[in-house]
Amino acid sequence: MTQPSGSKINSDLLRPLFQTSWRFYLLVAIFGGIVGLGLVTWMAQMYLGFGVSGIRWPVYWGFYVTSFVFWIGISHAGTLISAILRLVNAGWRRPVTRCAEVITAFALMIGAMFPIIHLGRPWLAFWLIPYPSERLIWPNFRSPLVWDFFAINGYLTGSLLFLLLPTIPDFAVVRDRSTGLRRKIYGVLALGWRGTPKQWHRLETAMQIMAIAIIPVAVSVHTIVSFDFSMAPVPMWNTTIFGPYFVAGAIFSGIAGLIIAMAVLRKFLHLEDYLLPLHFENLGKLMLVMALLWGYFVFNERLVTYYGNGPAEMSVFWRTQEGTFAPLYWTMVIGNFVLPVILMGIRRFRTITGCVIASIGVVVGMWLERFLIIVPALGHKYLPYSYGIYRPAAPEIIIASATFAAMCLLYVLFAKVVPIISIGELKAGEHLPRKHPQPVAEEHRLGDSHA
Amino acid sequence: MRAVYGLYPNGDSAQQAVNRLRAAGIVDRDITVISAQPMEDYEFGEMDRATWMWWLACLGGLIGMAVGVGLAWLTETSWPIDVGGLPIFAWWPNLIIIFELTMLGSILATVATLIVTAFLPGKGRTLYDPEVTDGQILVGVEDPPEGSIQSLQATLGAPPGARVKTV
Repeated sequence: MTQPSGSKINSDLLRPLFQTSWRFYLLVAIFGGIVGLGLVTWMAQMYLGFGVSGIRWPVYWGFYVTSFVFWIGISHAGTLISAILRLVNAGWRRPVTRCAEVITAFALMIGAMFPIIHLGRPWLAFWLIPYPSERLIWPNFRSPLVWDFFAINGYLTGSLLFLLLPTIPDFAVVRDRSTGLRRKIYGVLALGWRGTPKQWHRLETAMQIMAIAIIPVAVSVHTIVSFDFSMAPVPMWNTTIFGPYFVAGAIFSGIAGLIIAMAVLRKFLHLEDYLLPLHFENLGKLMLVMALLWGYFVFNERLVTYYGNGPAEMSVFWRTQEGTFAPLYWTMVIGNFVLPVILMGIRRFRTITGCVIASIGVVVGMWLERFLIIVPALGHKYLPYSYGIYRPAAPEIIIASATFAAMCLLYVLFAKVVPIISIGELKAGEHLPRKHPQPVAEEHRLGDSHA
Repeated sequence: MRAVYGLYPNGDSAQQAVNRLRAAGIVDRDITVISAQPMEDYEFGEMDRATWMWWLACLGGLIGMAVGVGLAWLTETSWPIDVGGLPIFAWWPNLIIIFELTMLGSILATVATLIVTAFLPGKGRTLYDPEVTDGQILVGVEDPPEGSIQSLQATLGAPPGARVKTV
């Protein structure tokens, strides 16, 4: 199966930029309204004080930190997956990469906002930036929170550049098809791109280097987020498995987020000729692998805790297995393991609809996983004096919900100004170097032979 | 800028045009090729491939590493904090900062190299035709020598499907 080529690619993928339907304005109004509500709620929280949230001693981390970890996890959809597929020269990646990289950029921005939302005085967030000062409060380089600062900002910078570099040839295409002010704007964005062999080679080399550099950074980011927990003496947190467990979970939720985004784009932007059932099937297979890996990590984590039989650990263990958190825990197991393994494991169900249903289950399950790591443990630490309960208050629910709307809004706006499938990448697949076996350029199922 | 160029419907014609220009004594650095996609399955698509970008990325990584070590060392020794008996400058936790800044240095050096070597126009070369976007391949000569325009037009017009323009 092959993709469309030449001018059809241009006209199909530039259509959303040049034609605006009422549905675009409706979506912007709906998502913008929810985001506006979230911003007003945040401002109210700042004005009235952090007491309006449900965060109370001893559970100082609730919805906000859950959402922070969740969104950083979702961010692993794009750059990491795109970089891996680029390095293994998977031909089927071409229509998928930009959809994925956009998720990374926006999810990181949203995720990085949560530590700031979580501050009582967010206007002092710059105190985390390491520079000499006389205020007698300075960053502690041995704190995982400072590691977060470096890791997330490094990953965000790298991901934005990884997303934007391949858009330069696409900006040139838009420039050439535009007139007036739009032509001037895209002319500036295209940075004088012409398409000489030198420019194509430099761009390809830069993308290869960045792909190599960004993979370990992506792995480090979620490992460092896991250090926020595993470096703390809290029951079921202080474990060595959290690094790989968090990275696997991040990739898992990232793939699920990517599948949902691709399905929505395919439907609303009429990209049926580009986002093929095969792309969903291949991503579904990856999701199946990650579901099994997730189950493996959960089994390891639970079994080791069970054999350790520490009183505090077992208390948290049983609260999630049988106690007040059990409904959430078993919903998580169904969403993260049962549903994807059944739907993605049986070929007949590995359709676009099946992939989307499984992905929704995974996204819900992974949010619950982060919640269940944080809240039950913080509410039941080593000594009874530090036992407590957590109930999210309305501001937390509104702000956390608004971030989902923010993701949708940013995605809709991005798709309006940048081709959501890389035109340059798609066309590049038509003229691969002869040293590569030609079938690589074609769409194929994961596991099918290239030879 | 003066230029003579041809627009070609496919890579074979463009390759012929490049070969004819070379046969007419035009060296590669004076031949402009522009396409809407990388043409790596043609010989002309391999022009200007050599680059120092990998080495400069490594250099950027080393600079980032040095900045990471320096930042951690300066901050921790200037404002010493006792954290659970760890040394004031502890390598294990600092490796994280050093690693992140190493990779960031490498990425920034790569992008800087790309911008300098690929986007800053060399010798004022700006030849372009928007028809490239529609799949045409441009092969031409910018600022050709006096008196050579007619022969260049003939050379560029020979391959099948060629449309020659002079600006």
